[in-house]
Parts: sequence; structure tokens; C-alpha cells
Amino acid sequence: MAQYVIRRILFAIPTLVVISLIIFAILDLAPGDPTSQLPLTLPAEVREQIRESLGFNDPFIIQWLKWMQLMFINEPLHIIDSIFNTCIGDCESRARIISWSSRAPAVDIIFQRLPQTLWVLGASFVLGILIAIPVGIISAYKQYSAFDNIGTFVTMIGYSAPTFFTGILAIIVFSVWLGWFPSFYDSTLVVNSWDTFLAHVKQMAMPVAVLTLFNTAALSRFTRASVLDNLNEDYVRTARSKGLGETMVVTTHVMRNSLIPVVTLIALQIPGIFAGAIITEQIFRINGLGALLITAIGQADVPMVQTLTFMFAFLIVVFNLIADVTYGILDPRIRYD
Amino acid sequence: MTAQSPILEVKDLETQFHTQDGTVHAVNGVSFDLNSGEFLGVVGESGSGKSVTMMSLLRLIPMPPGKIVAGQAMFEGRDLLTLELEDLRTVRGGRIGFIFQDPLTSLNPVLTIGFQIMESLHIHTKLSDEKREARAIELLQLVGIPGAKKRLESYPHELSGGMRQRVMIAMSLACSPRVIIADEPTTALDVTIQAQIIEIIRDLREKLGTAVIWITHDLGVIAGLADRVLVMYGGLIVEEAPVGELYANPQHPYTEGLLGSIPRLDQKGMQLINIKGQPPSLYQKPDSCPFAPRCPYVFDRCREENPPLLEVKMGHSTACWWDMDNQRPRYGS
Ligand SMILES: Nc1ncnc2c1ncn2[C@@H]1O[C@H](COP(=O)(O)OP(=O)(O)O)[C@@H](O)[C@H]1O
Ligand SMILES: [Mg+2]
Repeated sequence: MAQYVIRRILFAIPTLVVISLIIFAILDLAPGDPTSQLPLTLPAEVREQIRESLGFNDPFIIQWLKWMQLMFINEPLHIIDSIFNTCIGDCESRARIISWSSRAPAVDIIFQRLPQTLWVLGASFVLGILIAIPVGIISAYKQYSAFDNIGTFVTMIGYSAPTFFTGILAIIVFSVWLGWFPSFYDSTLVVNSWDTFLAHVKQMAMPVAVLTLFNTAALSRFTRASVLDNLNEDYVRTARSKGLGETMVVTTHVMRNSLIPVVTLIALQIPGIFAGAIITEQIFRINGLGALLITAIGQADVPMVQTLTFMFAFLIVVFNLIADVTYGILDPRIRYD
Repeated sequence: MTAQSPILEVKDLETQFHTQDGTVHAVNGVSFDLNSGEFLGVVGESGSGKSVTMMSLLRLIPMPPGKIVAGQAMFEGRDLLTLELEDLRTVRGGRIGFIFQDPLTSLNPVLTIGFQIMESLHIHTKLSDEKREARAIELLQLVGIPGAKKRLESYPHELSGGMRQRVMIAMSLACSPRVIIADEPTTALDVTIQAQIIEIIRDLREKLGTAVIWITHDLGVIAGLADRVLVMYGGLIVEEAPVGELYANPQHPYTEGLLGSIPRLDQKGMQLINIKGQPPSLYQKPDSCPFAPRCPYVFDRCREENPPLLEVKMGHSTACWWDMDNQRPRYGS
């Protein structure tokens, strides 16, 4: 098992290198210039110097290797330093990936924006799981009951209606008509009293609800299908023939089997929710990572786009690994040698 | 056999499945007794309702689509078919044990053997953890599994088919039931393993005195094991007799067909031979003899009335209008 995990991690490194090359190559092809956001009155020599200092005139492969060094060595070291308050090597003068538009290190900006995204995404993801799994199990156990039919109807809507539609609908109904919730998310709000806490909950409510509806829909359908598969298995009949009550049959026998693929799916979905958040953040004006990416693309801020895209890719690789490993832990039939 | 009091009395059991294509009349009024300590064989082609009959007794058929429409199953003074589910659960696994056909799919793949055996003990007994484990080891030894203690930690996929079936047997024996129902327990196994499993059951029965209902479609298996045999066809019992009598003197054309048109006991390795024709459609309730379309002795009455199961000799009953011994219609028709 440990051997398998190590092997998988070693395999992940070339994968990430290739991903970084692709990201780098695509963005290199895109038109963009570090000085394009600067005033037009700037003399041409100054522009050229800025380009030179940013390494913009180096050959593609050199730029890529330099960026790799920053991304794979400098930035991780920086993160380690700031977490443990250490200073590894020349921490003072360590080069960083610098955003073209804000001139600040890209990773620092990302960490500033992360909490907003995590609050909304995390809340809706956890809520989604907490709703989807019981709903899926009950729907399967009571297939074609009123509960199941209503669940099918709601999840069908949740799954087929895109978040940019449900989000705008929610804003029109609950913000514009009813005025219950604010239509946009104020990330400068500091929670320090009951009132500000309430305000925070209120501003989170709609984006969380919209994302939760979407997450719950797919996951509860998947759970339902997985439980249904198992409910008709022979071992369930055996469990009943031993005299087990229905609760025990479902919890110890059926769930233990049917949640294995569900857990894997959850792990695989985690990176995906970041991508999904891009749209939701745009609708509710949440100042998170999705908004950051959109802005960076608009401003042709190549280092920022590279860093964000690479981070998403990194999350996908990591959670794929986590999904595989949890599958092996949960299912004794999986062998790694 | 001396006259014994039956421990299980089944009367007029009827089970149907309400499916999209219509109602499947899987069991159409089955009555039989099981004496304590008796080894009862149940034979019949696949689809004749053997499994559904036995599973209906413990209400283990999927409901819906299944429905037990009528009948009574008296066990230890109570009717299993109307018993509160809570009480029925004490019977399931506690008083009546079940062994299923395919030990691979019938065991939970993600739980250890030990857990699955001890689970029964957990439900039906108040044994302490150590005692439960000791009992599980004892059971595994009883069914001849080597290295029993280590095996408790194994998962079903780590065992061979024969070993898995031994685990199923151990599981069904856990709480010393009065009756064990074995539904084709050897069908999914190799011939040599089959023989071992049969041997184990025979031994255990002698040791423990448990009554056994053994479902099979292989008459050869039953011959050396059973005291009495029920022959099922189209959801009905068509013949019932002590095992020697049945083989020597079948009173139903279907049984005769099963034994190979002319029964010759000297012939070795009696096996199910194919009887011409299709098994009956179960979409209607039989109002004539369900075997009539395939029967070599068929005559008018067979197509008009379904013959009742009646005793024609001591302990030998058949549901047939034709008197095989005298080659003429029975009951003066
Ligand atoms: N879950 C079910 N749904 C519909 N029909 C069923 C179901 N289970 C069994 N049956 C039908 O009941 C009849 C008897 O089946 P069964 O008792 O399994 O036969 P066997 O004698 O081979 O054990 C068959 O025709 C089968 O198709
Ligand atoms: Mg069967």
C-alpha cells in the first residue's frame, strides 16, 4: 500500500511537468505583454527594459524552466516558510512569481482570495454531501415512493439547471422582489459581532444554496444508483436471513458497499467545484479565486493565469490520487501489487 | 421412520410476483410438513418455485414485487407468515438457518468472515465478545476450515468457492437452528467440492440432529441423503414420497421423466434428463394440470381439472389423474 502511494506520487511529478508545459505553451501563444496595462505615454525604451527585466525576451524554453523553478521550488519553500515561520535558504531575496497587473506575488494574492472561495464552496460542498447521501439512500430504499419521486424531480431540476440560471433567478426572487438577501457578496465584511455574523450568513445563503442544489443533485443520484445496485445483491438477502433488522442491513451491509464509489466520486469532485465556482462567483460578485482568474484573463496577466491554472491542475492530480487510495482502503478486494 | 410430530407445517402457500409483464404465479398452494431431524429433499426443474417457496416461509422474497397471497406456516406454534417482523427476525438465523446457492455473491464482499459469522451470534445470543469469537472459531472448525482463527480476518474473495460455502454453512449453524434450508448449496461448485459439502452436511446433521430442507435439481444428490422428497412443478408439489419409494415407484409422469423415462435403479448416476417441451407459463394460475402439455399419459380430464395432491399409498402422494401402476385413469374418471 505505502509502496503504491509512493509510486503514484512519483508518477504524478512527470504528469505535473507535462501539464505545466502545456499551460505555459498555450499562454505563450496567446497575445499578451507585461506592459500593455501601463500608460501609453511610457517611452519605448522603458517598455523594453521592463520586458527584459521580467525575462519576457528569453527563449520559450528558458522562460518555462525559470517558471518551473519558481513554481516547483521557490513557491513551495515560501509556503513552508510562512507556515512554520522558518527561513530556508535565501528566504529574503527568493524570487517569486509576480503578477503583471498588481506587481505582487501571485501566490500571495491567491491566498488572500482563497478564504472567500473556500467559505462558499466548502459550505456548499459539505452541505451537499450531508444532504445528498441520506437522500440518495432513502430514495433507493424506498424506490418509487413519494419521497423518491419528489427527490427525482428536484434533483433533475438541480442537475439540469445551470448555476448561472438558478443564481440569477435566486437574485431576482430573493434580492430584488423579496429583499431577503443581498445580491452580492461583501468580502470586506469582518465578522466580530452577532449582527455581522448574521450579515455574513445572509450573504452566503444564496450562493451556497445555488451551488448546493447543483452538487446535491448529481451526488444524490449517484448514491441512489449505487445503493439500488447493492439492495438487490444476494448478500443483502443473506443479511436478512440471519435476522438483521432493516436499519442494520442498510447501514452495515448496503452502505458499506455502496458508499465506496460515492466517496471516490466526492474526492474526484473537489477540484471540479473550484472550476464550478468561477461562474457562481461571477454571478454573486464574490471576490474569490474564480473572480481572480476571470480578472487576470481580462488583463492578460499571464503569470497569474498560469499559477491559478496550474494550481487547479495540481488539485486534480492530488485528488485523483486520494480517490484511488481511499478506494483501496475501503474495498478489500483491491490489491496493489 | 417412526411417526414424528412435524416442527414445520406449511399449508396452502401461495406467492405471486406482480411485475410489469403481469402476475407471476410462482407458488400456487403448496402444503407440506417437516419432521424434526428429518432430511427433506425438494427437486424440480429450475423455475418450478422451489426457492420462492422456501424463501416465502421466512418472508425473504423481495416485497414488492413479491406477495405472499395465502397460506400458513406453523413453526414452534406460531405462523411465520403473519408473525410480527420483530419476532420473525428471531426465527431467521436463530431457529431457521439459510444456506444460499452462490457463496460468492451471498457473502458480503467488504466484511470479514469473522464479522459475518459473529453478527448472527450478536443478534441472537448474549455471548460476550470473547465467547463469540471462540464460537466462530469452533464453527469454522466444525465445517472443516483449516487455520480457523486466522480465517476470521479473511475476506470472502480470499477463499475458494468450497471454503466460502463452508463459511455459509458455519454461518447458518451459528445459533444452533432447528431447521436448515439449503437452496442448491452445491450447484455453483465443482463436482469434487460438491461431494465434500454434501459430506459435511450429512455429518453435521448426524451430530446436531438439525432438520434439513435440501433444494436441488439433481436427483442423484438427493438419493443418498434425503429421508423424503418433494417434487415441484409449476409452483405446485406434484409428488411426495419417501426417497426409496419415489425412485422405485414414481407416481407422477413428471417424476418419471426426471428419473429418465423408465426408472431403472440399477442404472448408475441417475441424472436429470431433459423432458420435452417448455416449463409452464406462470402468468396464469393453473386451472388444469400444468404438466399436461408435456405429459405422455395426458387425457381429457387433465386439460379440464388440476389434480389435487392425494395420498395413493402409505406416505406417497401424487397430483395426477393417471394411475401409473395400472395404466388407467385414477379416481374412477
Ligand atoms: N423477484 C422476482 N420477480 C419476478 N418473478 C420472480 C422473482 N423471483 C422469482 N420469480 C419467478 O418465480 C418463479 C419460481 O422461481 P424460483 O422459486 O426461483 O424457481 P426455482 O425452482 O428454480 O428455485 C420463476 O418463474 C421466477 O421467474
Ligand atoms: Mg432456485
